[in-house]
Amino acid sequence: MARVSRTRLLAMARKEVLQLSRDRRSLILAFLMPLLLLVLYSYAISWDVRNIATAVVDQDNSTRSRALLDAFRASGYFTMDRDLARVADAEPLIDRGEVQLLLVVPPDFSRRLGSGRPAELQAIVDGSDANTATIVLGYTQAVLQDFASNVLLRGVRARLPLTAETRVWFNEELVSRNMIVPGLVAVIMMIIAAMLTSLTIAREWERGTMEQLAATPVTRLEVVIGKLLPYLGIGLVDVIVISVAGVLLFHVPFRGSAALFLVLSTAYLIGVLGLGLFISAVAKSQLLATQMGMILTFLPSFLLSGFMFAIDAMPPVLRLLTYVVPARYFLVVTRGIFLKGVGVDVLFVQGLLMIVFGILGLALAVRAFKKELE
Amino acid sequence: MRGPGGRGSPPARSPAGSARERIFEVVRKEFRQVLRDPRMWRLIFVAPIIQLLAFGYAVSTDVREVSTFVVDHDRSAASREVVEKLTASGYFLVTGRSARSADLVDALLHGRAVLGVEIPAGFARDLGSRADARLQLLFDGTNSNQALVARGYAERILQSYGLRLAREGLAGGTAAAGLSSGSAVVDLRERAWFNPDLKSRNYNVPGVVGQLIMLVSLLLTSLAVVRERELGTLEQLMVSPLRPLELIAGKTIPFALVGLMDLVIVTAVAVIWFHIPFRGSLELLVLASVLYLLSGLGMGLLISTIAATQQEAFMTTFLIFMPAILLSGFMFPVTSMPAVFEWLTLLNPVRHYLFIVRALFLKGVGFEAIWPSYLALLLLGGGVLAFAAARFHKTVE
Repeated sequence: MARVSRTRLLAMARKEVLQLSRDRRSLILAFLMPLLLLVLYSYAISWDVRNIATAVVDQDNSTRSRALLDAFRASGYFTMDRDLARVADAEPLIDRGEVQLLLVVPPDFSRRLGSGRPAELQAIVDGSDANTATIVLGYTQAVLQDFASNVLLRGVRARLPLTAETRVWFNEELVSRNMIVPGLVAVIMMIIAAMLTSLTIAREWERGTMEQLAATPVTRLEVVIGKLLPYLGIGLVDVIVISVAGVLLFHVPFRGSAALFLVLSTAYLIGVLGLGLFISAVAKSQLLATQMGMILTFLPSFLLSGFMFAIDAMPPVLRLLTYVVPARYFLVVTRGIFLKGVGVDVLFVQGLLMIVFGILGLALAVRAFKKELE
Repeated sequence: MRGPGGRGSPPARSPAGSARERIFEVVRKEFRQVLRDPRMWRLIFVAPIIQLLAFGYAVSTDVREVSTFVVDHDRSAASREVVEKLTASGYFLVTGRSARSADLVDALLHGRAVLGVEIPAGFARDLGSRADARLQLLFDGTNSNQALVARGYAERILQSYGLRLAREGLAGGTAAAGLSSGSAVVDLRERAWFNPDLKSRNYNVPGVVGQLIMLVSLLLTSLAVVRERELGTLEQLMVSPLRPLELIAGKTIPFALVGLMDLVIVTAVAVIWFHIPFRGSLELLVLASVLYLLSGLGMGLLISTIAATQQEAFMTTFLIFMPAILLSGFMFPVTSMPAVFEWLTLLNPVRHYLFIVRALFLKGVGFEAIWPSYLALLLLGGGVLAFAAARFHKTVE
């Protein structure tokens, strides 16, 4: 194979840029989609649970029961503007999804508490959204236990014999945005690969320009690299825009080294783009290529990388499967650099894997392209 | 549908036939075209399976077996009991132990553990002498949701353990003054309605129906129309006696049927394979799906008037589909969104449909509790379809 000529390489890249700049939809996808996703993910949606719509049935209506309910109000998590007389009144509200949590204070609450018998509080939660319900119950428990230990220990000047000092590192306020933005970098690159790169060779086939390309002296490595370069540029711009916007607009911390981040992102991007080109060369039709791209690159990196769904909680078979998803490792890199501020010493293995992935992606693309040109 | 029996020579009494016959012919042609294309088979049958597998198994917000790293400086029976209390719940799984604090930090930095438990020397002694024994829980907050829920579990477990110790201590102690003689605490009787085990699968899998019907109706409709345009057969259809509205009906009905087929597949798999309860009425589910299909088909038609090639149609679908799903409450509760977006979701048919689907699957409510969502689906669907039909009309002429 001939050596890579700079002139031919640049000509190839220029042609690709020209073609791309005339394709409005691709440009939208390349630049607007990432921004749209950033706004949606970091501003619009979250798993943070606030303002839990709470209904109260206070059958006791005593100083103690009111003190308990005040403790709930004071916690700031509950919106308690519905005082109901009977539990049955709450049912239609829960059915319609207007009330998430129902607290029932039984009539003997105060009496039991006074006489030293365990009192009881009922919490009925709309469990259909399991995640929200779990968090709601967690908050309920926390408020109640604070209240209980206050009651228990009042007057004896004692403290609980056991204190757990809980601290959260890396994302101290547990904001879901801080988890999502660094992961989004990985997912958006996958979208670019799946939706943009996968088209580029298939397009040549569909338009019949592949023969023309084959007739030119350009080598296959030059074609692959030439086609890859513009997308690498787009990808890097996206990475930088998302990171800067994430940090400046959404106050996501960036604690590590920007240089390391860029180097590893580039390696990952090359791998991803190579994969996209590979798909494109295999599929030969744009439509099929996009669909394959979605299924092979976008979906796994979205679902099996730990982007939003903890790998710990997956069944063993899927957990094994996540080891072959490159985004899984890249996520360790982005989160490590953004949130944990770690360097090469910690990210050594992942960094190496990124570089291997980059080379592999490139090699795959060149190999798949080979047959076509001869 | 008349099925294969309708394949015989089409009734040709008059050259134009009745509107119903003409629509039927387009439907039949469309079905043939779809079924002949292996890609479509993939889309129709493989997509539901992949989605169901993903949302039944991979996509889970349940928190369990959180990897935990333990540094026990005390090495006493008491310290072991605390760790045992944590792991016995099933929420935590000890994946590493060490005698050095530095290893714990290392495990968190590498992401090998989400929780680090450090028990200082003298823990058992402090606990025995009631001198406020302390232990440290260090969470990796990178996955905020997991960390939040796990922190809740850990604090709950330790606090109730502490309370038990305190109760025992006070009962055995002398100066249990005031109301705190013995075990005066409040027990929480918690019950989760509709989903007692709080499995996220029960929430996610029914939602797949909403996602699939939208995807199928958007994609198939837009691709079908654009394909005709690409092949140049749209002109042929136009010179045929078909009226535009008949063409629209013929182009959308097959995909509505495909969407309903997906509804059946997903519902069956959800109930039979994943044991997700279905407590409501099937009729209401079908009615909601039909209304929901109006929006999907309308949007698909709209896309077909914008996109020139199938590829463009696919991309446009993707551009519309992603935000629609994200802002539907499919995985992220609508109530957690900022007010502006919460209002915006009212225009999103996916949101209304998912609300109905979940209410029917898990809550088993009747029409009186959810009729506003039906109304919303009807209005949105009718509006979109009418707009799309008007635009389609214009592009055809």
